[in-house]
Amino acid sequence: MIQLIQNFINKVFRDLFRKKKNLKIGIYGPPNSGKTTLANRICKDWLGEELGVVSSIAHETREIQLKEKVTIKSKDDNEMTFSLVDTPGIATKVDFEDFMKAGLKSKEAKERAKEATKGVIESIKWLDDMDVVIVVLDATHDPYTQVNITIIGNLQARDIPVLLVANKVDLKKADVKRLEAAFPQYDIVGISAKTGTNIDQFYEGLFAIAG
Amino acid sequence: MLTLQYMPYGEIEQLQSEERVRKILSVVKKNRIVLLEGKLEREEETELIKQTMESISESFKGIELGAINPTERGDAAFIQKLKKNMATLLMGNRQGMTIIGPASIVRQIKQDPEKIQVFTDVGKRRR
Repeated sequence: MIQLIQNFINKVFRDLFRKKKNLKIGIYGPPNSGKTTLANRICKDWLGEELGVVSSIAHETREIQLKEKVTIKSKDDNEMTFSLVDTPGIATKVDFEDFMKAGLKSKEAKERAKEATKGVIESIKWLDDMDVVIVVLDATHDPYTQVNITIIGNLQARDIPVLLVANKVDLKKADVKRLEAAFPQYDIVGISAKTGTNIDQFYEGLFAIAG
Repeated sequence: MLTLQYMPYGEIEQLQSEERVRKILSVVKKNRIVLLEGKLEREEETELIKQTMESISESFKGIELGAINPTERGDAAFIQKLKKNMATLLMGNRQGMTIIGPASIVRQIKQDPEKIQVFTDVGKRRR
């Protein structure tokens, strides 16, 4: 009951902020799913500049990255302005030895692991500040992980609108249908943030839930 | 050797969320796999991730977790959803099962609504 009241209050406040147009859109997901690549794609498409550094080593984004006043346009010329929040990947484990295997030196790997753990905590803390969340999942990976379920379940519990994105559809192993089967209650947009495949469909989806 | 510790829901039922998570983590940090009757709330799962991240060290590398609850199928028919709601009303979070293990032992947990597979590194260590 308390949770229901809490959700109602959150929704009222969120709607108030939306009307003020201080919309905050967060990009969430597990590490290496392509969150920063998507954030860069959005910023490049509409602002002409990138937001963050992309790397094949997990936990490249270890701090919240924010880009204010991003304005996008829909096909029918509607405009939407928001702050874009790129978050560090949420994980249940961080092993500095994995970074060493990826080529980092011991000291560097330990430092990265420490920063990565702080990044995960920051991502979780920022959840309450979001008006809308884009959950970016890697379409080449098994979607039935507890991290994915926890992220999506938390957003559902907080009554935050979610756009589910199946990223990396340019890769052969990508399977959007598997994601659709795992989260049948959501519409899923299959995209490649790297190549721009289906990016227009993604923006339409964003307008549909946040516009 | 692999140690599994069964935790009946009654053992955490009366605890506050943070205490529940602390209790589970204290067992996991002893290199045991917790088999929890039922499930945690979504907010408790994020609290578990948060507390895990705060505890990461060179010796403790985190956790793997998985939960199974066959009544939580998103594509369930109306009657099944009704049954699920009734069961939730009567049993609370006691339905299903949650597995939480140390990442140094549990490499991966694969799950879908009907089954759960735990991949461990125990055999690999012996070789």
